[in-house]
Amino acid sequence: MAEHLTQASYLIAATLFILSLRWLNHPSTARRGVAAGVAGMAAAIIGTLLHPGLGYGPIVVAMIVGTIIGVPLSRVPLTAVPQRTALSHAFGGLAAALVGTAEYFLGVSGNGEALTPFRTGALSAEVILGGLTFTGSLMAAGKLQEMIPTRPITYKGQNIINLSLFAIAVIAAVYLVARPDQWWLFVLILLLSLAFGVLLIIPIGGADMPTVISLLNSYAGLSAVAMGFVLENKVLIVAGALDGSSGLILSIIMCRAMNRSFTNVLFGAFGQVQAAGAAGEAKTAKSGTPRDAADLLENAGSVVVVPGYGMAVAQAQHRVREIYDQLTKRGVDVKFAIHPVAGRMPGHMNVLLAEAELPYDALVEMDDINHDLPQTDVVLVVGANDVVNPAARHDKSSPIFGMPIIDADKAKACIAIKRSMNPGFAGIENELYYADNTLMVFGDAKGVLGDVVKELSGESGGIH
Amino acid sequence: MHADLWSMAFVFVLATFVGFQVIQNVSRLLHTPLMSLTNAISAIAVVGSILIAGEQRTTFSTVLGTIAVAASMTNIVSGFMITDRMLKMFRERGRK
Repeated sequence: MAEHLTQASYLIAATLFILSLRWLNHPSTARRGVAAGVAGMAAAIIGTLLHPGLGYGPIVVAMIVGTIIGVPLSRVPLTAVPQRTALSHAFGGLAAALVGTAEYFLGVSGNGEALTPFRTGALSAEVILGGLTFTGSLMAAGKLQEMIPTRPITYKGQNIINLSLFAIAVIAAVYLVARPDQWWLFVLILLLSLAFGVLLIIPIGGADMPTVISLLNSYAGLSAVAMGFVLENKVLIVAGALDGSSGLILSIIMCRAMNRSFTNVLFGAFGQVQAAGAAGEAKTAKSGTPRDAADLLENAGSVVVVPGYGMAVAQAQHRVREIYDQLTKRGVDVKFAIHPVAGRMPGHMNVLLAEAELPYDALVEMDDINHDLPQTDVVLVVGANDVVNPAARHDKSSPIFGMPIIDADKAKACIAIKRSMNPGFAGIENELYYADNTLMVFGDAKGVLGDVVKELSGESGGIH
Repeated sequence: MHADLWSMAFVFVLATFVGFQVIQNVSRLLHTPLMSLTNAISAIAVVGSILIAGEQRTTFSTVLGTIAVAASMTNIVSGFMITDRMLKMFRERGRK
């Protein structure tokens, strides 16, 4: 009887998880999705606790500890959401690796299920995926938190070393399937996958984080699938498969948005060896004051704001909102152009702008806004760089050639806020800054935008 | 055993297809909440962790299982809570 109740709870949980993701198709139903997810998880946990013969002591303690860690992690500032996400992928990988290790040693010591070839293979997959997700995600979180240098670290033969480690782990797993009692092989697999996770992330730079976080998301899901195969538990397989496919889709979207392949992201060490091509060419950029920028903006009929990671770093989203308010009050049409890889994780800009209480219908995807840009009066670039670099369209020698960009250069005028003329990530020169119709305003994005707001609101006082 | 292996493989393949269909329809606005929500959902690993921690077959397995329950619970609590926190911020024009 208990067994039937448990299975029924798992079926309910799986259904609710699918509905939960389905309701994310629109912001108006999305919160219902969270409620469905919570209900599904509660059903699965209660169903599992019905399992006969469980001692609840350690479970209750662990759940309290998890809640104590989890609540503060859910209250981090939204600029820190990428690191939090990476950290939670690490926890997911850790749980899978630990359960896999426990199951294996129970099996090998005769205290658990027998180690059939199938079970041993699934356990190996669980531990490899869990182990590399754990250390890889910790590294990614460290880089995002800037505890570890964010620039790509490369050395000679890096890819060969990484791939050999992975290959040895897989070969060891094959041997283990044949000889499941050789526990040292299992330990070797675990250690290799932990090392592989670290080495995989070392050569990844900050701008590739959206893809890498998505891939790690997928691995975390697949490790749950492997656990499902080990435990012969279908709700684990369903939930893990949903997570795995979600991560995979997001990483494909991110790769497409950069016109790069998976292998290129993982093994390409983007922007490492970037010769300062065409140096010496004396180009001058036109620079202006916040006053000049305010003049341009208030005389425009339509304005498109292009936010980037720099906006997140400067915490400038609330100033952006004030500019939006000032301009819409004057009847200026203001929209936001969102590049899929702007920021450090998929959808990062949308969340930051929503936090600043900007309406989501003003946030427009790159493909949709590009048609409007030639008719746009002013584009305001806040902390974005590579995603508005016209070199991606025509300069075959540029490392970002072929990447879809927001056509900021096609607007009638462009204002770019930047800390200095230093080329950003990967050291790629951005010709947008030297264009005749571009006005550069130098300074911290938050400070500059604050000054622009002051100019705009002071003007309404009526000095014409 | 073999019959069960195959039925699990079926479940995996079908769930992956459902996942692809459903996720492709998720609004691009919500990709960050999507990731934190799937994160919380994949903490379903708590099921396996609870079994290992609760069966208490050896000290070693109980300790590993208990840590795994704590790690999964962290993801469940923080994943659902932060997703809801983010989704609350998405408002339409003119709606407060």
